[in-house]
Amino acid sequence: MPTYNIIQAVNDALKLEMRRDANVVVLGEDVGKFGGVFRATQGLYEEFGSDRVIDTPLAESGIIGTALGMALYGLRPVPEIQFADFIFPAMDQIVSEVAKYRYRSGGQFSCPLVIRSPYGGGIRGGHYHSQSPEAYFLHTPGLKVVVPATPEDAKGLLVSAIRDPDPVLFFEPKRIYRAAKGEVPEGEYAIPLGQARVTRAGHQVTVLAWGAMWHEADQAAREAEQEGIDCEVVDLRSLAPLDLDTILGSVRKTGRAVIVHEAPRTCGFGAELSATIQERCFLSLEAPIARVTGFDTPFPYTLEHEYLPRAPRILRAIRETVRF
Amino acid sequence: MSPLARRRGANGSAAPTAPPAAVPEAEAYPLARVLRDDATADPAEVTLSDAELVALYRWMVLNRQLDERMVGLQRQGRIGFYIGSIGEEAAVFGTASAMAEQDWIFPCYREHGAALLRGLPLATFVCDLLGNAGDAMLGHQMPCHEAWRPGRFASISSPIGTQIPQAVGAAWAARIRREEMVSLVYFGEGATSSNDFHTGLNIAGVHKVPVVFACRNNGWAISVPRERQTAAATIAQKAVAYGLHGERVDGNDVLAVHAATRRARERALRGEGPSLLELVTYRLEGHSTSDDPRAYRPPEEVEPWRKKDPLLRLEAFLVKRGALDAAAGARLAAEAREQVQRAVQEAEAHPAKPPLETMFEGVYAEPLRPQREQLEELRRALADDPRVAGGRGT
Ligand SMILES: Cc1ncc(C[n+]2csc(CCOP(=O)(O)OP(=O)(O)O)c2C)c(N)n1
Repeated sequence: MPTYNIIQAVNDALKLEMRRDANVVVLGEDVGKFGGVFRATQGLYEEFGSDRVIDTPLAESGIIGTALGMALYGLRPVPEIQFADFIFPAMDQIVSEVAKYRYRSGGQFSCPLVIRSPYGGGIRGGHYHSQSPEAYFLHTPGLKVVVPATPEDAKGLLVSAIRDPDPVLFFEPKRIYRAAKGEVPEGEYAIPLGQARVTRAGHQVTVLAWGAMWHEADQAAREAEQEGIDCEVVDLRSLAPLDLDTILGSVRKTGRAVIVHEAPRTCGFGAELSATIQERCFLSLEAPIARVTGFDTPFPYTLEHEYLPRAPRILRAIRETVRF
Repeated sequence: MSPLARRRGANGSAAPTAPPAAVPEAEAYPLARVLRDDATADPAEVTLSDAELVALYRWMVLNRQLDERMVGLQRQGRIGFYIGSIGEEAAVFGTASAMAEQDWIFPCYREHGAALLRGLPLATFVCDLLGNAGDAMLGHQMPCHEAWRPGRFASISSPIGTQIPQAVGAAWAARIRREEMVSLVYFGEGATSSNDFHTGLNIAGVHKVPVVFACRNNGWAISVPRERQTAAATIAQKAVAYGLHGERVDGNDVLAVHAATRRARERALRGEGPSLLELVTYRLEGHSTSDDPRAYRPPEEVEPWRKKDPLLRLEAFLVKRGALDAAAGARLAAEAREQVQRAVQEAEAHPAKPPLETMFEGVYAEPLRPQREQLEELRRALADDPRVAGGRGT
């Protein structure tokens, strides 16, 4: 099996899906000859040409609105938003249009498309190149939201997203675009959406994370082990559909939950997870559910590492939860 | 093959293969110039004194030295990121210098020269690039996202085009308050595709708002060439649809840019409404320090533009006129280099990070309970384990 980083895994998934299905097209700013500012679409233009790898004008609402039209007509567009921070000009198209097309037409129409976008901080990007906007979309019924943490998942989940009948937001954690490396199966393979991954089995506390934060959670769990704390770590992978069975099963077993995300705490997806666990596992809980998150400020530039929930802060929450 | 056709070919066959033989819009929008190829100008068109021109030239030289040095600092890892304006100095200084002191400037992100002209101290600008304790933005923003309220230089936003309707609003407010103020708003030709461009021009046109729209058409929006941004032959003609005055100006000719901006400002003040100036220039270097233009742009395209360098053109004109001696260019460059060097030293003397609490400042006028609690939580976490501030990262 080849060893890929996340960029290469995304590139491989796009290439294979474009070869398999002539309806798959890629569009966005700089995705063509340049191959994307992070090189995720490198080589696609050369192989598939300008009808299927399309450099668009600088207009996110145009990118998503036209992708919607393409999808209605039978294509499988994979629009790229260059940074998740720039998705907001397309918010109306995504939230009012893409998310509701199937519902408002009584199921007559659908718009299967996959909006790929690098997201998250830790790359000295300041607030406009670091945000984690997943919660905005999770609040909108009709959208699926997927966040891979490893190259293997990036490829397998992107393939499933492209084949999915519904619109998917596919957020790629750019901090680990190149740093996360791993073996990736060659050729076609897909990982179904809606299956979390228990990456470490344990009995004392469940740590829930996704994207780059899964790596921090894993590190914190390893450090906790040295202190004699036995953590179970779950990489959610897909936030909608959410693998509730795995999450609730784990919390019922350990009796404790620590939720980790980069986005600000208020109304972050951690709030939803926490409420759901509380509603459904109340009698199993041995300690309050803890959230380790970004702060309720815009993402800062200089103090970004203080802002990010790094392993030491997660470890602290693990200890407090276990000792409660 | 025309450079236009070559660029189209380079970036995809789906674009129209050739421009229409006669482009009436382009004819209606000829390129306004003052500096001729032989480094002379019609005296009637030179609206600035020799001293003013030499001062502009100095600014442009300083800006060039600054850009070169800051790219160097970025390469050394001392600053995270940099966006220069090499090749576009005439478009920046020609416009900003034509505005009155009370006018507001709404920058894109390549116009730090205009902030310097408005009094932003060089060392403060470098602090902003470092995001250190001397940074006026408290380390909140990425480099090249400066704001300078004393100079009426608005805060820079990364999302493209957002400043366009904002500039319209500020100028509109001035008129409502019966104050004589014109907004100058900068953007690239890429921004003309954004929603905000269209809505900004439309509202300004309808309400005859006193605003000058300055589009630096530098040929490229990262890797996307102008022809892939718009099918219109010029940017200037977009003014027609919104009922504004449109003009196409040689953006490497600081005299022409200055004169056009001044006229646009006067029209605005006379109540004749906004103007869209298309400043035709060229981005000689990468989009930013994160970009490598060799991946999408043929070097043959860049070279002819180096000969049209706005600094060289102004220098040649001033030398020919006797306002500068032939050695002045090198001398001023050396002075500017030194000035930049001193600013870097001064800036680097500040602590590398602003204090922790600054992270929670400015979210609201006064922090709310979550900000107050989270600051305390972070302080406690740091006291227990200093690795919380960065630590080891994935
Ligand atoms: C809404 C939005 N989309 C995408 C980007 C990423 N981006 C930053 S600069 C840029 C190109 C801008 O080109 P142009 O407007 O022509 O200005 P120039 O940089 O050439 O001066 C792009 C696509 C962004 N900043 N904002």
